[in-house]
Amino acid sequence: MSSRNTILQRLRNRSGGTLSAPECDFSVLKRPDWSTAERLDRFEQMIESVHGEVHRCTEDSWVDRLAEVLTTRGARNLLIPKEHSIGLRLRTEAQREDLPNLLIYDEPIESWQSVLFNDVDASITSTRGGIAETGSLILWPTPDEPRLMSLVAPIHIAVLRADELYTTLHDAMRAQNWASGMPTNALLISGPSKTADIEQTLAYGVHGPKELIVLVIE
Amino acid sequence: MTDSAHHHVDVKQFHPRAREAIGNPKIRQNFRRAMDGLMAKRKSAFEGWDLETLRELGANIRLRALANLPDLLEQLEQKLTDNGIKVHWAVDGDEACRIIRDICVARDAKSVIKGKSMVSEEMELNHYLSGEGIEALESDLGEYIVQLADETPSHIIMPAIHKNTGEISELMHDKTGTDLSNDVEYLTASARQQLREKFMNADVGVSGVNFAVAETGTLCLVENEGNGRMTTTVPPCHIAVTGIEKVVPSLEDVSALLALLTRSATGQHITTYFNMISGPRKPEELDGPEEVHLVLVDNGRATIYQDDELLDTLRCIRCGACMNHCPVYTRVGGHAYGTTYPGPIGKILMPHMVGLDEGRHLPTASSLCGACGEVCPVKIPIPDLLVRLRQESVDGDKLHPARVRGHGAKRSSLEAMIWKGWSWMHSNAGVYRFGTGLATRFRMLQPGKAGAWTDYRTAPKLASKTLHERMKERKQ
Repeated sequence: MSSRNTILQRLRNRSGGTLSAPECDFSVLKRPDWSTAERLDRFEQMIESVHGEVHRCTEDSWVDRLAEVLTTRGARNLLIPKEHSIGLRLRTEAQREDLPNLLIYDEPIESWQSVLFNDVDASITSTRGGIAETGSLILWPTPDEPRLMSLVAPIHIAVLRADELYTTLHDAMRAQNWASGMPTNALLISGPSKTADIEQTLAYGVHGPKELIVLVIE
Repeated sequence: MTDSAHHHVDVKQFHPRAREAIGNPKIRQNFRRAMDGLMAKRKSAFEGWDLETLRELGANIRLRALANLPDLLEQLEQKLTDNGIKVHWAVDGDEACRIIRDICVARDAKSVIKGKSMVSEEMELNHYLSGEGIEALESDLGEYIVQLADETPSHIIMPAIHKNTGEISELMHDKTGTDLSNDVEYLTASARQQLREKFMNADVGVSGVNFAVAETGTLCLVENEGNGRMTTTVPPCHIAVTGIEKVVPSLEDVSALLALLTRSATGQHITTYFNMISGPRKPEELDGPEEVHLVLVDNGRATIYQDDELLDTLRCIRCGACMNHCPVYTRVGGHAYGTTYPGPIGKILMPHMVGLDEGRHLPTASSLCGACGEVCPVKIPIPDLLVRLRQESVDGDKLHPARVRGHGAKRSSLEAMIWKGWSWMHSNAGVYRFGTGLATRFRMLQPGKAGAWTDYRTAPKLASKTLHERMKERKQ
């Protein structure tokens, strides 16, 4: 008999008989009904408590703020999405002197891996919303914004719309109906990459970005 | 770093190792400080929560999943297969190792990069692969350090918790040429540098799984470093390996278990990354592995599953809170146990994997203070299970016939006879009075030493009169 059938048969023919399943009441996960402003405050507080940054901007001002952030850090380049409105907008402003060189992730990783790993200073991605309670960003990578865009560069900048902030993860997955189908990879990102494996001392950027900067569009 | 050290550790030698650890002030200090910090952080992370109700929910979610385990595993397999993930089944660790080797061989893979996986420790995967000429490198910083030192993890969440910065710096200096430094940021940055090369060149990535979701066919990984994302994204092939008990019906279940897991483990409201993998790279996608596999490992779990009481062991979500709060673990550290899973959860899980003859000391390495059961996010009655395993190790009692492998290993006919006598004496009033009367009259004959009991305690002294005699005097 295959291992699969051996295992399943042992589980099915349980010597203690069949088990009854208890009811699960998820209401304990419910948080108070926060307003958008309260959600944003909580989100900001949570992200900052884990060494992330939140910049509140508008549809008009976010590019200026982005330029400031990149200039102060001396970023030489910025990886942008090709099709998403964030990328389109940045490409129309590509001539600005305060924006670094714009790069596009439009080839399979195999053809430019070492450049991505060694030479890209910053990347910018969109989000599918955020979670106020834990200070988390929801990312569903796409061909336009592949998985490694939010992982490899030392600085990750994420654009979040304030009206897409949910209170809890439970709320977000229900509102967006995740159960109906998940992408190949979905992520919650709640701060820069970090470790406390050396004597419980926090250090950032151990494998992923050292900095997470969230541009919130209000 | 190829030879997995715990391959040769004798689980039976718990006492000498514990004695040695207690005599080592550095180890005691490292653990004490770390565990104090973790307990405080957990407490503050649950502030404002109705923790008892949340734990109740966690327990019910796990119980519901276990009640439907075979159906859920089949549903998971179907969904994953639909999503393009190949599912494998292994009855034990050896078979799981062989499955992973075969996948590597088919791809002509020579190097494997690993994210954190306790199941892979359980099956001694690194040791096995190195014997097959395949290098397996750990990428979680703590696991990386432990592997450099040719040691095993001393904590399931913080593998290198037994080492301090100076020791880690010396180790990295000796093994990788990193400059000596007490600057944790510097040490972390140089590990990043070294491991980036490895990620880019690895043929296969191997990771664990925190939750496997049946309804969507999704593998969830919880981590802070990003090495788990690297492992599951950069190499062309990703192999996830997990115990069969990790499956849950729905994503909704995950939202509750995640809230419990990270707060219980490290006192974080959430980890930096929560990685949900539901398929390999699609043709139009530009990164991600072209092949994804899941290896479902039984390794004794289906046996635990047979018994109504022992079954609760399988609720575990591997947060480590039980060890963080355990007075024994804090004093002896993770290595004294000599097992893959140390601390309270190890004491109730490992006897099933190594047998009660090998693991006879594990259920007794506890004061039964109950802290582990009180903090467990899924309410595993760990102290009850310890008592149950103690009964099993002397071959059970009338209520619970023993069923764990190696049961009765600690049975001594003298001890059994003494307890039989004790029971007889306590159920016969005349004999009892006569016996206690005799004991009080001849109390000067009571020995002052009683083996290990009096090594660190003074022996209790018998009273001059029995309780019955005293009560009688009162009435008069």
